[in-house]
Amino acid sequence: MSASMDANESNNTNMDVTKVETSTRYSIGIDLGTTHCVLSYLDLTAAAENPTEKVEVSVLSIPQLSQPGLIEEKKQLPSFIYRAHESELSKDDIALPWNEDPKVIAGSIARGLGSKTPIRLVSSAKSWLCHSGIDRHADILPAGSPEEVSKISPLTATVEYLDHLRNAWDHQFPDAPLTEQEVTITIPASFDPAARELTAEAASHLSFDHLTLLEEPQAAVYNWIKSCGDNWREQVTVGDIILVVDVGGGTTDLSLVAVTEDEGNLTLNRIAVGDHILLGGDNMDLALAYRVKAKLAQEGKELQPWQIQAIVHACRDAKEQLLLDNDINEVAISIPSRGSKLLGNTLRTELTRSEVQESLVEGFFPKVSVNEHPVAARRSALSQKGLPYAQDPAVSRHLAAFLSRQADAASDLLEGATADDFIKPSAILFNGGVLKAPALANRMLSIINQWLSDADVKEARLLTDSDLDLGVAIGASYYGYVKQGQGVRIRGGLASTYYVGIESSMPAIPGMEPPLEALCIAPFGMEEGTEAQASNTEFGLIVGEPVHFRFFGSNVRRHDEAGIQLDHWQDNELEELPELQATLPAEGRKVGEIVPVHLVAKVTEVGTLKLEAIAIGSTDDSGEPERWHIELDVRS
Amino acid sequence: MNIDVSSIPTTIDMFHLILVILSLISLSLLVMKRKSAANQTNETTDTIQPVIPQEPIQEKEPPKPAQLKEASPDAALQLLTLLQQDARFIDFIKEDLSSYSDADIGAAARVVHEGSKKTLDTYFSLESVRNEDEETRISLPEGFNASEVRLTGNVVGEAPFNGTLIHKGWKVTDIKLPKIAAGHNTAIVAPAEVEL
Repeated sequence: MSASMDANESNNTNMDVTKVETSTRYSIGIDLGTTHCVLSYLDLTAAAENPTEKVEVSVLSIPQLSQPGLIEEKKQLPSFIYRAHESELSKDDIALPWNEDPKVIAGSIARGLGSKTPIRLVSSAKSWLCHSGIDRHADILPAGSPEEVSKISPLTATVEYLDHLRNAWDHQFPDAPLTEQEVTITIPASFDPAARELTAEAASHLSFDHLTLLEEPQAAVYNWIKSCGDNWREQVTVGDIILVVDVGGGTTDLSLVAVTEDEGNLTLNRIAVGDHILLGGDNMDLALAYRVKAKLAQEGKELQPWQIQAIVHACRDAKEQLLLDNDINEVAISIPSRGSKLLGNTLRTELTRSEVQESLVEGFFPKVSVNEHPVAARRSALSQKGLPYAQDPAVSRHLAAFLSRQADAASDLLEGATADDFIKPSAILFNGGVLKAPALANRMLSIINQWLSDADVKEARLLTDSDLDLGVAIGASYYGYVKQGQGVRIRGGLASTYYVGIESSMPAIPGMEPPLEALCIAPFGMEEGTEAQASNTEFGLIVGEPVHFRFFGSNVRRHDEAGIQLDHWQDNELEELPELQATLPAEGRKVGEIVPVHLVAKVTEVGTLKLEAIAIGSTDDSGEPERWHIELDVRS
Repeated sequence: MNIDVSSIPTTIDMFHLILVILSLISLSLLVMKRKSAANQTNETTDTIQPVIPQEPIQEKEPPKPAQLKEASPDAALQLLTLLQQDARFIDFIKEDLSSYSDADIGAAARVVHEGSKKTLDTYFSLESVRNEDEETRISLPEGFNASEVRLTGNVVGEAPFNGTLIHKGWKVTDIKLPKIAAGHNTAIVAPAEVEL
């Protein structure tokens, strides 16, 4: 890791030195989704030439194999990789426009082949990338497959999706290579520092010259601003709190954005982000499929695993019709036989509106009070092999928990916003494919408004967004344009406060762990390009040996400054993250020697957190204090 | 299962099915036409040379042979592949329907209909040639496009022609078929599948 980190570091330094704007013609937004990737682009040169016109954002049509030998262009690249057996596909069947002999099979074809051979399908790499209980550099995907299937790491999978997008772009725009453009990659707001770092590391394999990470809900807000044009200022006012609800294929991501005023201009501030919730559209399709399966079982028809796959597909299509505002009351579900005999072997059943209502609307969006929070406690992330799926499927309960937890998130920024039992959004922005369905979006809105009217507060209004599927990518490329000094920028910075754990010194008592104190090393809201030093506390690093630190994050304690040491905190206020590790090379020192250091936190321009140990009282050859990198993602 | 399916939806399915097959046939004709039109321009430039030196012959001019183009088998095979893949088209057509009940046929017809619709919607943009309601009187001005509108029945007199719109017609406004890898064998419209 340290080798690749160093490479990453030097890239960043190069970036600052050689910032030549001449070749940067486009701002590119990449939505690296759990189930789909989208790439959008904005011509910065054209936008600069016609500053009065509304900026145009386009979505790249991504050539990809749809089945062996057939290449189609689609706006979305399914985030799947198929690890084919060597005798499975011929070279001609997997050729791509830019490579006649590709080593990796990604996109639609991977999803199609994988539905019949799941042991060779790499999916949900993004969820694995932010799963702190595993080594994310280890070749573990497809998870749980036989040893013979050659595996790749979640990081490599991410690199491959980016590489496919890069090739698709360079094929279409040979004069403007992707790596030279202004690239913004979106990540869930709930990604912890290690997952952000891993995303940046994946991107560093492609050596982007200008890379930024952007939180997906923020990208959704940028997309909304872009689609409103200058009108957005009329749709919100000072004091508004915008709740962004992003329910995608695999995850649910929540954020709060407060509208304030600065020297007469409206300003947007991202004030809170939610936990990482692995719950999305895929869960809903599965829920319907199992319902249909149970229905067929009652009729005495037992289903094979491949038939369940077919039902999931059929339910996805049927759901879309039944969740629209129309008068269709049932949609037939037909599961054809696998053999060439179609007649007599086709299973037929139907999915009704009331079943969809019950399974999806009531199952995933139950009407609950704002005091009802997800039932199951979060499972310890370190003790499991599979993905940490949300145990409570109710999006509304997760939302209630988020709003309650962030009750006083706005009190610093907005006058009159008093701490209450939950924070009251005044505007709502939806994003993600799931909320395209009017029945679900309406239900979500009515639940929030019920909470608000129960608390005697004005109902929230819905900010209308354009394309919920492509919005994040479009918002990301618009952000690249905003960064050039055009239009409003959302103030964000770190969405959590970070701490390292220090064991207090006290006499050992059997059966009791020494109490833990938490030293704040990076405060909430710390902005890109800034540094914080906890200079009042010394740590001793042992030369030549890895030293571990316990690492914590909090998205509710927003007033702790770097250097503050907590000896107690409320339950759930601090969440333990994977531990940190620092290794001092033995160069010029005795192995085993202890070097006193301070801890320094830095938010890079890319948007990742970097931790360093600075030697106290010793300098390197150039007279600067020596610095050592602290790893966020420790390989086991 | 037979009890589940009432006979009324079944007949509707058959109707749909016939529609699908009809539209598929006309579609493939259209595709071939387009291909041939595209080929024609190429070939005329190639073959125009030998025609020019011909001296004008005073006697009765022999009819010139029409330029015929081979419809590209790859495009046709690809369409078959897509229809088989999404709609089980070949499986369905190759079956002998005589021994099955309408309910069975109806269930299978849904698969064919849904899949064919998906294929059509994905790869072709279709719109009707005439926007008037069928079974209403319309008038065709002089110089109307004879390839878009076919006159039938009592075809006499001069334009404008007044008649009843029987079928509103279909035209493909955009076609976006997948590209085919050079070495891909398009003749295999559905590979045999072996589960291990």
